[in-house]
Amino acid sequence: MVIPPETQPGPSRRRWLAGALAAGAVHTAARAQFRVEISGVGATQLPIGVAKFREEDKSGQSISGIVRADLERSGVFRIVDSSGDLDETARPNYADWRTRGADALVAGSAARLADGRFDVRYKLWDVVKGADLGGQAFAVLSADLRLTAHRIADAVYEKLTGDKGVFSTRIAYVTRVANRYTLRITDADGEGGQVALNSTQPIISPAWSPDGKQLAYVSFESGKAVVWAQDVLTGERRAIANFRGSNSAPAWSPDGSTLAVTLSRDGISQIYLMDPNGGNLRRITQSSAIDTEPVFTPDGKTIYFVSDRGGSPQIYRVPVGGGNPERVTFNGTYNISPALSPDGKTMAYINRDGGEFKVMTLDLAGGTVRAVSDTVEDESPSFAPNGKLIIYASRAQGRDVLMTTTLDGRIRTRLLSSGVDVREPIWGPFGR
Amino acid sequence: MKSIRTSLCAALISAWLVGCGSSVKLDDAAPVVDAKANPAGAGAGGANRGATTAQSQVTTVDASKIDPAAAGKLGRVVYFDYDSYALKDEARPLIEGYARMLASSKTRKMVIEGHTDERGGREYNLALGQRRAEAVAKSLVLLGASDSQLEAVSFGKERPAVDGHDEAAWAKNRRAELKDR
Repeated sequence: MVIPPETQPGPSRRRWLAGALAAGAVHTAARAQFRVEISGVGATQLPIGVAKFREEDKSGQSISGIVRADLERSGVFRIVDSSGDLDETARPNYADWRTRGADALVAGSAARLADGRFDVRYKLWDVVKGADLGGQAFAVLSADLRLTAHRIADAVYEKLTGDKGVFSTRIAYVTRVANRYTLRITDADGEGGQVALNSTQPIISPAWSPDGKQLAYVSFESGKAVVWAQDVLTGERRAIANFRGSNSAPAWSPDGSTLAVTLSRDGISQIYLMDPNGGNLRRITQSSAIDTEPVFTPDGKTIYFVSDRGGSPQIYRVPVGGGNPERVTFNGTYNISPALSPDGKTMAYINRDGGEFKVMTLDLAGGTVRAVSDTVEDESPSFAPNGKLIIYASRAQGRDVLMTTTLDGRIRTRLLSSGVDVREPIWGPFGR
Repeated sequence: MKSIRTSLCAALISAWLVGCGSSVKLDDAAPVVDAKANPAGAGAGGANRGATTAQSQVTTVDASKIDPAAAGKLGRVVYFDYDSYALKDEARPLIEGYARMLASSKTRKMVIEGHTDERGGREYNLALGQRRAEAVAKSLVLLGASDSQLEAVSFGKERPAVDGHDEAAWAKNRRAELKDR
């Protein structure tokens, strides 16, 4: 079996990994709107118990349920029989938990405080070794209970795998029902959705600011494509690119000081840089072709973009300060929608081959190209901030759906939204 | 008159040669809205209302004046091939007609909205739709309209005219629409 090379297991974790499950068939864990599909022989899962948190029913949120679902949805964990009354102060009966097959255990509590907030606590144990791995306590508003459950899942995930979890991050995406569009923000699990923008006209290309406080997007509400930037918390927004023709494809620099956009104001779609308030406009591509879909590298020095200057759309890169663009994609005749991993080493993008649109990854140093999806109408890939997952839009059974996948394509989840077409997902940053 | 006509045709040739393989005959251009030949001879409307009005009377329409109804007769949509923004020969009469209208009425404004079919990325299709709208705008300007009378915008694949997932539907969605402002 294969564990992604990024995981550096310590001795105790290696023990778990050695107990490989031979999974010839697809394992599905159904939960509300998500289906997890784990493919590949020998996929290993870490068995874990997550007991119901004391008093969580009174809090109004199934905190342990959210933790269980997060861990299971990652494809890395398998939840064992977790029944029992215990909290973070317990001394677990390790023998009992070993009998259930657990290698780790989480328990906790959610007590209501006098001021109406909740005191949420958890503890994590290594059942194999019989050791206390520590825990945390949070004092939170009722509205943040869900977020707290995700934070606990992140902490457990990081402690046991060595990788930072993304359960407490957010995603934004666009929904369409007939002629109603929304720009929606949800937790990374698709739950807890809130609407940032309602419109009867299309919304495309949402882009999170690096601090997660703003969303830039393209709205057609005025009868053409205009770029807006909106404060997520307050809803305050401003049109930052409303020049003649179409204004689109906003992308934030990693330090938040600059936006790249595609403008057709000079008669052809070209890429420009601007300040977040729309000033200091400067054009950075100079071709008579379509140049669009700019995206900054994590170090802020280079912009990757799509151009059909060679006759059909391919991905190029150019230094932010200017210079000759260099072509990056050479497989096939149609490569668009670049997205860069947080470590700058991998580019995800969409390749069209024979009418099929598929998410691919390119190792920027070595040049290896890999297909990571099994669908044929993929759009707009976006990396999770831990670099371990890609979210993208696709189509299944006649519906637009959102998919996540690990970079090796092994573990995929599908977000199904009945009656609602979903598209244009963009993964938010850490640090909400 | 003839030299102006020739240079107009030369402009037409250069406009339609973008992406097109076919050549254009020099003497091919014909006015879109015919001042219809009046069998009884040319006559302004309203005359001869004496004892009898001839059943065969035809009223001449002067296309050089503003006539909103004429725009309806021209049609409003130009169609394109897949992945292409080249104007086809069929579009020429329509474009000539609007160019003439805009040239004769400088306060008149239009917006050209470019569209694509549903296949492919949203942003690239937005740019492709923009290119289609710009191609129409450029031809209008070559034929007498002013740049300031026009704005080319795009909806990419966001506003299909026809729902459907086959070539019949796609062909109807690859278009530019001309609208009054």
